[in-house]
Amino acid sequence: MFTTPIPWLVLVLSVGIPIIFIVGVRYIVAHTGGRSSMSPIAGAGQDAFPLHISIPRSQVKKLLLAAIFGLGALVILMRFIFGIGAVSHMSDSFPWGIWIGIDVMGGVALAAGAFVIAGAAHIFGVHRLEPLVRPAILTGFLGYLLVVCGLVVDLGRPYNIWRPLVHWQHHSVMWEVGMCVFTYTIVLFIEFLPVILERINRFEAIATRLPTIPLYQFLRKISIIFVILGVILSTLHQSSLGSLWVLVPTKLNPLWYSIYLPVFFWISAIAIGLTMTIVESTLSSRAFNHGLETDLLADLAKWAVVVLGIYLVAKFADLIARDAWPLLFEPTVQAAAFWLEIGLGVIIPMILFSRRTWRENPRILFTGAALAVVGFALNRLNIPTVGMWQWSGVRYFPSWMEAAVTLSLITLGVMAFALAAKYLSVFPEEHHIDS
Amino acid sequence: MSDDTIKATRREFLKGAGAAALTVAGICSIPQMASAEGSSTGAHADPWAMLIDIARCQGCDSCALACKEANQLPLKENPPAKLDADTYTFVDRRQVTVANGEVETRYVKRQCMHCLNASCVSACPAAAMHKTEEGPVYYRANRCLGCRYCQIGCPFGVPQFDWNNGLTPEISKCWMCYERLQKGEQPACIEACPTGAIRFGPRSRMLAIAHARIDSNPGHYIDHVYGEHEVGGTAMLYISDVPFEQLGFPANLPTTAPPEETEKIMTKLPFVIGGLAVALSGTAAYTHRHSHETEITEE
Repeated sequence: MFTTPIPWLVLVLSVGIPIIFIVGVRYIVAHTGGRSSMSPIAGAGQDAFPLHISIPRSQVKKLLLAAIFGLGALVILMRFIFGIGAVSHMSDSFPWGIWIGIDVMGGVALAAGAFVIAGAAHIFGVHRLEPLVRPAILTGFLGYLLVVCGLVVDLGRPYNIWRPLVHWQHHSVMWEVGMCVFTYTIVLFIEFLPVILERINRFEAIATRLPTIPLYQFLRKISIIFVILGVILSTLHQSSLGSLWVLVPTKLNPLWYSIYLPVFFWISAIAIGLTMTIVESTLSSRAFNHGLETDLLADLAKWAVVVLGIYLVAKFADLIARDAWPLLFEPTVQAAAFWLEIGLGVIIPMILFSRRTWRENPRILFTGAALAVVGFALNRLNIPTVGMWQWSGVRYFPSWMEAAVTLSLITLGVMAFALAAKYLSVFPEEHHIDS
Repeated sequence: MSDDTIKATRREFLKGAGAAALTVAGICSIPQMASAEGSSTGAHADPWAMLIDIARCQGCDSCALACKEANQLPLKENPPAKLDADTYTFVDRRQVTVANGEVETRYVKRQCMHCLNASCVSACPAAAMHKTEEGPVYYRANRCLGCRYCQIGCPFGVPQFDWNNGLTPEISKCWMCYERLQKGEQPACIEACPTGAIRFGPRSRMLAIAHARIDSNPGHYIDHVYGEHEVGGTAMLYISDVPFEQLGFPANLPTTAPPEETEKIMTKLPFVIGGLAVALSGTAAYTHRHSHETEITEE
């Protein structure tokens, strides 16, 4: 096991970048959501939303967004002209970078709120979670759309993306991943479709000509089927991202390698689903100035403690059973990265959520949940990067161009969320009953 | 060819190969008759294989150059020094300390190991990596998504991606000159080898030769046929007079094929799906038992 001083800088940056992302996302949410200029549909009456943060539209903000998307688009163009190698630091020694580690593995993980909240509310009958269901499904749906966008950039031959659907390879974990991305994106769309239809049905010209109202009623009637499908597909997909690494017992660092990786990924997906919902609700309550359901979110935090506890015990039991625990105390980058993801993602949130008075404080609640999200995003990123360093002998660190693509995808997702939240009945306050 | 067939074939083959290796190695004292030209008999049970004798290799690079020519690959550096998108095989020069303390060079021909239960084949979501009945693993670009999971999966780091091709990048790796094999010819690298360091034939016979060489030259060879058991067995077999760890061969490989672990997970999926479907539907029916309709009430 190697130790050199340089990776410590890398490590600091790899923590810093997710945190900067979170801060940036908060900034963009606040600003995009607060823009009063975004009501192109006449008579939509959406300007009624009071603006919580009324920062004047500055040139700086526009320039920033233009720069992010401009750079992202430029890099994507270059990638398709000159190849992935021309824009990224990926190589044959390190074939997967942050486009997989953040955009795909992280994106799927952060979309977990959709199945956790919808499942809890509709299958397990925790009806008080209803106000959180639609934002969670929207987050999941947009997350999966971004995963697909990320894959189109990362796949060498994206025009063959449909092939797993035709050539069934039931021994291949990647085939399972592909099938799940495809089917669950559709299921999430169907789960979110009623929200879109509600909006469409308000236009009489459309609603009288097209069967959108019966479709809406039909979807509402059978929605439980898609909630169940969503939980099944999420279970498969979240776990399969862990199973991918079971194939490489000699390559992935023993701190992470375990045949139980699929189980760990699934348990942590539930924890992410709960904490990501807290983060997303807090951010959107600030951006759209609707009430924060603190008591509900505190409930989620309470459950998160249980799930995080199970994860922590399982993780350490596995390390002990595999005799890999001495690695935890070796002065290596890998050990530091492992402690960081467990500390940020599991231990600190568990402490912050442990007392009722703490988790009912919106600030502590948000901090704990955001740390858990960052910690688990780091977990999904550590495995393909830090976890594979030792075998490959190459220390991959993303190029600025890779980061530009990832940043513009995330920005795109956040803006799409803000737009959807503005024009569709995503939050309970704006929930209109039509038809 | 279904997977069950592959597995069954593999199992039979392993048993057969083991037994054959033992008996043949014991009996055969002049093991210089191996030739597989045009031979397809017993291909299912006994895949085509190569035996590479590192002690006999003189490092002339003929094999690497013949490979370039046979596969019409551009020669960018002469001799090729690493696997890349245009290099299926090269001769790796390794400085090793031999028994008397002197430093000598050993030449190790590197290429795809053509694992019997190959991680890349198991990894591929679209069957672009394909294991032929005769043993060679070859790549079909028209099916490939470019996901590079084969690169992640390969325990030897063999598949190479074309990083400088925007729209039609391909994975490159040795395909054991499968087209030539089907025409009854040998792989180009073997025909080019002037020292007889590479042998080609059915795997059971290659194993027998390997063990016979080790046994008939006591003290000369390391008593280990690399590839006999590594990751469940490979079609490329090596024997050497210096330990394999010194020659850059991965030493920590399990004797079971890694795909066995992932396939164990994959075979459980139908039960996960079925179990969840029943449990979740049951729970939903229970929690909705008082509502008049199945519709979800969101208000």
